[in-house]
Amino acid sequence: MKVSTKWLNEYVQVDDLNAKDLAEKIERTSVEVDSTYRLEEGLKKIVVGHTVKVVDHPDSDHLHICQVDVGAEDLIQIVCGAPNIAANMNVIVALSGARIAGNYKIKRSKMRGEVSEGMICSLQEIGFEEKVVPKAYADGIYVLPQDAVPGEDVYKYLGMDEDIIEVDVTPNRGDMLSMRGVARDVAAMYNREVKFPETKVEESNSLKIEDYVQANVDEEIAPIYQLRVIDKVKVKPSPMWLQKRLWNAGIRPTNNVVDITNYILLDFGQPLHSFDYKKLNSKNIVVRLANAGEKITTLDGVQRELQSEDIVITDGNAPVALAGIMGGQSTEVDGQTQTVLLESAVFEPIHIRKTSRRENLHSDASMRFERGINRQTITEALNKAAAMIAELGEGNVVSGIATGSKYDVQNTKIQTSVNHINKVLGTDLSDVEIIEIFHRLGFDVQNNNGELMVEVPPFRWDISIEADLVEEVARIYGFDNIPTSLPYGATTPGHYTKAQKIERQTREILEASGLSQAVSYGLTTEQKAKRFLLADAVPTKLDFPMSSDRTTARMNIISGLLDDIAYNKARKVNDVALYEVGKVFLGDGKEIRPHEVTHVAGAMMGLTNESAWNTAKQPVDFYTIKGIVENLLNKLGVTTDVLYVASQTHDDMHPGRTADIYVGDQDQYIGFVGEVHPMLSKELGIDRTYVFELDLQKITDLPKEQAVYTPVSKFPEIKRDIALLVDKKVENAEIVKTISVNGGANLKDVKLFDLYQGDKIDLGFKSLAYTLTYSNSQRTLTDEEVNQSFDKIVSKLNEQFDAKVR
Amino acid sequence: MDLKDKLNELKEKGLENISKADNLDTINQIRVSLLGKKGPITEVLRGMKDLEPQERPKVGQFANEIRDELTKVLAEKKEEIELIKMAKKLEKETIDVTLPGKKVQQGQSHIITQVIDEIEKLFIGMGYQVVDGPEVEEDHYNFEMLNLPKDHPARDMQDTFYITDNLLMRTQTSPVQARTMEIHDFTQGPLKMISPGKVYRRDTDDATHSHQFHQIEGLVIDKNITMADLKGTLQLIAQTIFGEDREIRMRPSYFPFTEPSAEIDVSCFKCNGQGCSVCKNTGWIEVLGAGMVHPNVLKMAGVDTEVYGGFAFGLGPDRFAMLKYGVDDIRQFYLNDVRFLNQFSVKG
Repeated sequence: MKVSTKWLNEYVQVDDLNAKDLAEKIERTSVEVDSTYRLEEGLKKIVVGHTVKVVDHPDSDHLHICQVDVGAEDLIQIVCGAPNIAANMNVIVALSGARIAGNYKIKRSKMRGEVSEGMICSLQEIGFEEKVVPKAYADGIYVLPQDAVPGEDVYKYLGMDEDIIEVDVTPNRGDMLSMRGVARDVAAMYNREVKFPETKVEESNSLKIEDYVQANVDEEIAPIYQLRVIDKVKVKPSPMWLQKRLWNAGIRPTNNVVDITNYILLDFGQPLHSFDYKKLNSKNIVVRLANAGEKITTLDGVQRELQSEDIVITDGNAPVALAGIMGGQSTEVDGQTQTVLLESAVFEPIHIRKTSRRENLHSDASMRFERGINRQTITEALNKAAAMIAELGEGNVVSGIATGSKYDVQNTKIQTSVNHINKVLGTDLSDVEIIEIFHRLGFDVQNNNGELMVEVPPFRWDISIEADLVEEVARIYGFDNIPTSLPYGATTPGHYTKAQKIERQTREILEASGLSQAVSYGLTTEQKAKRFLLADAVPTKLDFPMSSDRTTARMNIISGLLDDIAYNKARKVNDVALYEVGKVFLGDGKEIRPHEVTHVAGAMMGLTNESAWNTAKQPVDFYTIKGIVENLLNKLGVTTDVLYVASQTHDDMHPGRTADIYVGDQDQYIGFVGEVHPMLSKELGIDRTYVFELDLQKITDLPKEQAVYTPVSKFPEIKRDIALLVDKKVENAEIVKTISVNGGANLKDVKLFDLYQGDKIDLGFKSLAYTLTYSNSQRTLTDEEVNQSFDKIVSKLNEQFDAKVR
Repeated sequence: MDLKDKLNELKEKGLENISKADNLDTINQIRVSLLGKKGPITEVLRGMKDLEPQERPKVGQFANEIRDELTKVLAEKKEEIELIKMAKKLEKETIDVTLPGKKVQQGQSHIITQVIDEIEKLFIGMGYQVVDGPEVEEDHYNFEMLNLPKDHPARDMQDTFYITDNLLMRTQTSPVQARTMEIHDFTQGPLKMISPGKVYRRDTDDATHSHQFHQIEGLVIDKNITMADLKGTLQLIAQTIFGEDREIRMRPSYFPFTEPSAEIDVSCFKCNGQGCSVCKNTGWIEVLGAGMVHPNVLKMAGVDTEVYGGFAFGLGPDRFAMLKYGVDDIRQFYLNDVRFLNQFSVKG
């Protein structure tokens, strides 16, 4: 809503206030201010000119040479290309040295050999928005009124010298979508008086409404519905004062009838609609819900098929307007209209909202009906409009109002108390102070020892409960004046839950391992969502996605990380190490609502260490990322029974370089680690990439043993190395298991320290070398008992794997 | 030649040899040859039996003095040689300390996580819980429990990704407050919570819009919670994130789930309120929305509005990070360009 302070000043005194200060006050007390401006700002040397003589340019088929009186002694010559230029017109002249819209500078020039000492301008050229320029001047220069004085600045003639405050009205403050509403709030802010002129309408004695029209209205959808008729109207352009008000408010002037309905819309916030009475097919106006499939062509020329939620105005038969949103083309007021049927009503917001949303048709009227209107001034707005149409259109107001529905609009009574208001705000206001605030707002108050009965008039229909009154006190008293404190009362412990702790520890551990945290998109394509799953799941798809890249909730995190890696790779960043912790959305095929499970995933491509002056470069490989996973699980307390099992079941993973991970004595599956399938890497345009994905929820749920102190053994450890020659297919994990199981209680650790496959041993074999560490906290071990254990291990390895000790 | 002269001669010769010595072996040899059991001084002392008894103590004392002096000089010389030797060794070991150190590979938190962490720490310190909630949410919790019935005009403010008529990607973290309020046992004390997380809006991605971003919701419900408490709490957030000297300004606003509602601006941290490009010459930057919890919201969650009331606030870590670090394109947060992520590795 664009508020002209000049117009505002007619209702409440603001001409002693600086517009910027007023805007700041409105912003701090009422609604947000988008901007404060004057249209003349930034313009220079733009004056009224009178075209004394206009001739065609000899060397052009469209240019004209004009001799223009700009108030100086001599006429100046301007070459002008506008089609509507003519002699004896008052026009907008940008003199040489002028600055017009877009900070464009006008200079004396020659156009096809003829001197031009300036420019004759259209409204757009001096900063008017295209959408407010009257249609007659849309494609040419603007013609100023005949009484404009040549040489004077044009700004005052066009209302460009008015301060405009553009407010951004929140959905609850529909009252601020009218000049009267703004005036009331400004009056309350400054504790000033607000005054509105009395509305008088002179009715014709000879013409009676009953002879013109009657209204039949469904009260459920239009609780108040009134019609007036103005006869013998001359439709013509509105006077300048009215046109200025409209375009300063962002509305295009059309003709006097339409302009007056828009003026009343701005003034009262009451949308009106005018019909060409003679285009109606009957005298019976019926307001009802549409029949599904009925059609109407609205004023914007669009044919619309209606549904049963739409409210329509009909002439007893066919729809002639989409109630509260837009009129129909068939009954539009035009230059030939003589009899105007004027409608003032209130329609149920929910219907208006549904229709305007479905049809994507948001008008000044629908915006107001959706937010509510002042139900007390529906008749006054109708009367004022009728009187203005009669005056500006030289017509007669038919006596009487055709009423389709009405009811007595009451004040809203709300109980509150001084105590309650202070308790919520943390203030210490007296009853006198609080009551004064309500009075400033125009609310009556009955005070009974601090118990307040507040009567809110219908012009503040947004106020219905006690909390609304508290807000009114807060904002008029000033949010800035409210003290600051912190909550006090019973103390509560602040801490993370177990799952939150584990999630945060996971982040720290992975960051210490060299991975940086990524945050990727939760929505992806169905194809990407379905990759890298830990278990079967059904995707969750958006009903009406915005783009084909974001249709489905992710079911894995790796896909997003691979998108990130591809993004980096495309920008020549070849070494990437990322992790992400977040939700995945797993449908179970029964419920549509997916299970949300927290996963952690990592992805690494390129080098972990670039070569430096003292270190060789280190490319990422399977064991790099496996080490990171091992360390993560270890630090999270998953220390026993962790199994890495070679897996070929993941379609998008390298079948020879992927391990499924099982933990606990139940061998619970928690995720996998490995290399992305080279086919997929190629498709994504990335290098060899190693990834892991783990179900963090399962890790959180695992029983975690409290660490208990074990005394450090005072007795020496004994280490034995063993080198084995085994078939290539035998896995390290199997050998370690056999060693551990058969080593006895004193065997504390088994560590692989060498792996060899090459020409020094037979093809199909490999050599593995382990260090076995023995110790006992009670005594020094004897060689004999260690030898015994060692021999048992050797024989078991031989038995199970045909392993030869080298 | 008497014993005294003999001793003097030994001393002079010894001192001369010591001063000439230039390595530890020579020093050792000198020590053994002069002071050893078979050395000349010992021999001289053995010859004392031939002296007059009254002469013996004098000569003995003299011999001891010479032995002590030689021992001392030997030790000094030994230390001197060791120092020289060490100096040579150190000289040889000298390296170029300006060569770069071995790189430690360390990752870092995402910038948005850093902002969230900072706010979590502040609130945990004040006894708040951190509560997580589902990202796929029911219309019931995302809207209706927050006083946003179907067809409410304020629903236009949030374009929603629906999955079904009643299931959607949450548009705000506020549903977590509805869920938590519903199950909180007020006999166990007040409810103080924050809820950080991802939210989704049906929006086209550009420099200032993202279909995915983050929010932190805050809620306190107790018996004596005031708007002054809200103001104090918000001031703490602003000062924690944007600096000790920041002031806040509250403006009336509208959220269906709070009444009164306010939008909060923080004094511009770049120009200190003088007006600059960051604050668009207003001196203020809009950073969060807040208000006193609407009685309808409390009632719907089964909270007795006669006894309890409270405040709620919501803020955007993305916006905070953009403002604080001057990031001009919100998409940077979700593309995970390593060259972007690595810029925020300084802790604290």
